[in-house]
Amino acid sequence: MQVTIIINGETVSHDVEPRTLLVHYIREQAALTGTNIGCDSSSCGACTIHVNGEAAKSCTMLAVQADGQEVTTIEGLADGETLHPMQQAFHECHALQCGYCTPGMVMAAISLLDENPQADEEEIREGLEGNLCRCTGYHNIVKAVLQVGSDQ
Amino acid sequence: MIPVAFDYERATSTEQALSLLAEHGDEAKLMAGGHSLLPLMKYRLAAPAVLIDIGRLEELSYVRDEGEELAIGALTRHCEVEQNDLVRSQVGLLAAATSQVGDPQVRHRGTIGGAMAHGDPASDLPAALIALRGSLVIDGPSGRRQVEADSFFTGFLETDLGEDEMLIEVRLPKLPDSTWSFQKFNRRAQDWAIVGSAVVVDQGICGVGLVNMDSRPIRATAVEEAIKNGSSAAEASELAAEGCEPPADINAGMDYRRHLARVLTRRGLEESGR
Repeated sequence: MQVTIIINGETVSHDVEPRTLLVHYIREQAALTGTNIGCDSSSCGACTIHVNGEAAKSCTMLAVQADGQEVTTIEGLADGETLHPMQQAFHECHALQCGYCTPGMVMAAISLLDENPQADEEEIREGLEGNLCRCTGYHNIVKAVLQVGSDQ
Repeated sequence: MIPVAFDYERATSTEQALSLLAEHGDEAKLMAGGHSLLPLMKYRLAAPAVLIDIGRLEELSYVRDEGEELAIGALTRHCEVEQNDLVRSQVGLLAAATSQVGDPQVRHRGTIGGAMAHGDPASDLPAALIALRGSLVIDGPSGRRQVEADSFFTGFLETDLGEDEMLIEVRLPKLPDSTWSFQKFNRRAQDWAIVGSAVVVDQGICGVGLVNMDSRPIRATAVEEAIKNGSSAAEASELAAEGCEPPADINAGMDYRRHLARVLTRRGLEESGR
C-alpha cells in the first residue's frame, strides 16, 4: 500500500506492507535513525515522535495510520546548526548519560510544553511518565524542561 | 515485534465501516487508536485477516450535552475527554480515570470507544463507566441499540458487541454535584492497575466499579448496598471483594488483590466524602 507522509516538513511516499510499524518505516524506509526502538511495547517512550504536533509512540502505530499526516522526528527539530531550545537545554543541563532515551524524551518534553507551557516540576515529572531513562537521569531532564518553560 | 500480515481498509464513514464488517465477518477487526489492539497483534495474540481502521471517523469524535446525559463519541481520544470542560464538570470521575490511562502519548492516540470495546478487566475506563451507571450505543445491520455498562462487559476481553456491530457512543448521566475518587494501585506510573476502584457518590447513592478484580470489569454491588443501608466507608469497603474472582499473576495473588480492593475502595469512599 502506498503511503504519503509529511515527515519533518518533506512529503515522502513509499510502498509499505499494512503491518509495517511506523517506527520501522521511519528508521528503515525514511532512513531516519534518530528515533530509537526500546521496549517495542509502548512502555519506554524511546520511539516517541510527533504526529500532527502531538507526542505518540511510533512502535504502537502502523505506518498506514500516519498516511497523509505530519510526522516530526528528532531530526526535524534543529534549524541547521542551531539546536531546538529543548535540545539546547538538554545539552546545557546535561540531561542525558547514555543518550538512548534522549530523542524520545526530547519529543515528549516538547509536546508536554506545547500543551502546558507553564508546567511546574510536578507536572513535568507527571507529563514524562511515558518515557523511561535507565541511567536514572530524570533530575537533569526535568531541569532542562523547566529551563525551556521559564524561557518561553 | 511485527503483526501477522493483514489486509487494511480505512473507513471514511460509520456506514462504510459497518458494511466492511458485514463483508468480512469474524475475520475482521475494527481499530480506533490501536493502543489496545496493536500490542495484541504484535504479540500475535490477535491476528485479524482484515483490519478496518476507523481512527479517522471525525463524525464519532465529540462530547455533547444531551439534557440529562452526556454523549461522548466512540472515537473521542482520551486526551480530549480528560480536558473537556463538560466531562470535568458533569462526570468528574470519568475525567479523573481518563487522566490515569497509560501516559500522554497513549492518551493522544487511544479512544474511549476503543477502551470500552476492548473489554479489558484491567482497563481503567470500564470501571468508571460502571460506577457512573453509563451505557453504550451500538450500531449494526439491525439498527441501533443501547446497552447498560453492567451487561456490556461479558467476559475476559469479551463484550456484548456482535461481530457485525460497532460501538459508536458512550452515554453518561450528568452528575454535576457528585463527589468521586479514582484509586489506582500500580508499580510504575504508566502501568495497568494491579487493582483499581472507581467511586462516585451522588445524593447519597454511591457507585463503585472495580478494575482487575475479575475476568471482566465489575460492580462492587455489596459495597453500594451497604452504603445505601447506612454503613460507614470502613464497614462497606470490607465487602469490596465479595463475589470477585480476581486474577493471580506476577504482580499479585488473589488474596492480595482482595485486600487491595478493600483498601482502595475505603480510600475512594472517604475521598468522596463518605
